[in-house]
Amino acid sequence: MAARTIVTEYLARVEGEGGMRVEIDGDRVADVKLNIYEPPRFFEAFLRGRPYTDAPDITARICGICPVAYQMSAVQALERLCGVTVDGQLRALRRLLYCGEWIESHALHVYMLHAPDFLGYESAIEIARDHPEIVAKALELKQTGNKVMTVVGGREIHPINVRVGGWYRTPRRAELLELVEPLERARDIALETVAFAAGLPFPDYVREYELVCLAEPGEYPIDRGRIVSTAGLDIDVSEYEEHFVEEHVEWSNALHSVIVGRGSYLCGPLARFALGFEELTPVAKSAAREAGLGPGERNPFKSIVVRSVELVQACDEALALIAAYEEPDRPAVEVEPRAGVGWGITEAPRGILYHRYELDDGGAIRTAKIVPPTAQNQRAIEEDLRAVVESHVHTPDDELALLCEQTIRNYDPCISCATHFLKLDVERR
Amino acid sequence: MRVFGIGNRYRHDDAAGLVVAERVGGTPFEGEPVGLIEVWSGEDAVLLVDAVSSGAPAGTLHRLDAVAEPLPPALFAASTHHLGVADAVELARALGRLPAKVVVIGIEGACFDAGEGLSIEVETAVERAVEAVREEVGACTSAP
Repeated sequence: MAARTIVTEYLARVEGEGGMRVEIDGDRVADVKLNIYEPPRFFEAFLRGRPYTDAPDITARICGICPVAYQMSAVQALERLCGVTVDGQLRALRRLLYCGEWIESHALHVYMLHAPDFLGYESAIEIARDHPEIVAKALELKQTGNKVMTVVGGREIHPINVRVGGWYRTPRRAELLELVEPLERARDIALETVAFAAGLPFPDYVREYELVCLAEPGEYPIDRGRIVSTAGLDIDVSEYEEHFVEEHVEWSNALHSVIVGRGSYLCGPLARFALGFEELTPVAKSAAREAGLGPGERNPFKSIVVRSVELVQACDEALALIAAYEEPDRPAVEVEPRAGVGWGITEAPRGILYHRYELDDGGAIRTAKIVPPTAQNQRAIEEDLRAVVESHVHTPDDELALLCEQTIRNYDPCISCATHFLKLDVERR
Repeated sequence: MRVFGIGNRYRHDDAAGLVVAERVGGTPFEGEPVGLIEVWSGEDAVLLVDAVSSGAPAGTLHRLDAVAEPLPPALFAASTHHLGVADAVELARALGRLPAKVVVIGIEGACFDAGEGLSIEVETAVERAVEAVREEVGACTSAP
């Protein structure tokens, strides 16, 4: 058979640009190359020489969807470096802000980006024309997440209130109480979302990943914890670079993260759900059970259901944090910069986000290293694609292309720091 | 008429919309575009300024009436967000949440790589876009 190449102009619904190339030789998948992610090297270089206080706001610009994750990993690393602990209500507010981001990001991904794949629609716009009530739910959830971000983060769209040591201003209790009603409503919608997602048709596919997430006793993994995995990893964030390395990939400017001595791993909702299941709130846990999900779930296509469960979790937690809120005496603790190295890691909606900073004794950033979740998942996504293509080798190219896109979207890749289009080439020989 | 400038300030020419918004006292919008549906809710007339990529010479200004016809998605594909501005407009249209008047000023960009600063052509175009925005806002305000 003559070689032929099919090019999809770009992969819609994945942020940024990238490329994917599949080579099929008869019945055999000869090669799968995925290039959806460009590491944020510009930002690492841009931070050098700048005051440490700039890091939260500058790194927040790396992603339009998860600015809070970048802020949280940055402040955690810098506070640790400076020997400062942010706890009590100051820390609770950070978790609340993070819940707002999870709600916004997960609502967008579940309904607007991933659901069309399962429902056979080209995009959320077509769903909105046929079933406006479904998309309206997504918007209401998103709006509630945004309200949380506005009240706690200080501005709609892009939070500006986070600083090393705490906040510029902490909200009044009355301001937070205004979030209760929308969050209760959002939790109801989130519960409906779990039922909706659980009813979608899922490709029959499971794989034994090494799942990696944070773990902190008594908490669902969000804003702190040790790094643990299903293969028994249990380390402090300061040891991250001894266990996780980024490998250069010859065909692209991408870096693939691997666990030393073992290879690919997966972070994000599926990992948090597997390792943090017992820490879900009772409402979220029972929603998961009703949806037929347990911590042993390894079908990546069901990540859409897990994300929906995490929507319930985020609404539920946000409500609990607001109920327990007491206005702190001061918005931030004093921070004195010092020379040294600090590490931070938190759970962005799509997985663990690692930051490391080195400061000089005047508080200027000497070096910065940032490893976003999509960089960490890229190798596992590529392996999934190979397996999915192998089991659908006779599927027509256009259908195969859609299945590949759906597979990539299982991981909600966040590549705003990357480029703009994803070209998909299928070459058959 | 409320003005939103859309873009990413660390993607060279993608910052053009933000720069225009800042110069005319509008709202810089750095989030993902579906969020526009929330922030423009309650507005009768909005003006969106965004960098675009259509293959036209860098610095070309495009004026589009988003209520009259769908925005060409290809024009806005260079947005660094996944559902682009064109998608947000279409989503709002499908849900009946499009303001009565939505004008889009597109500024043709040359470089969307990571980095700061506008290209010379876009820097010049920003001046013209600021004028164009002022005229639009003026015409909208004086309209009966």
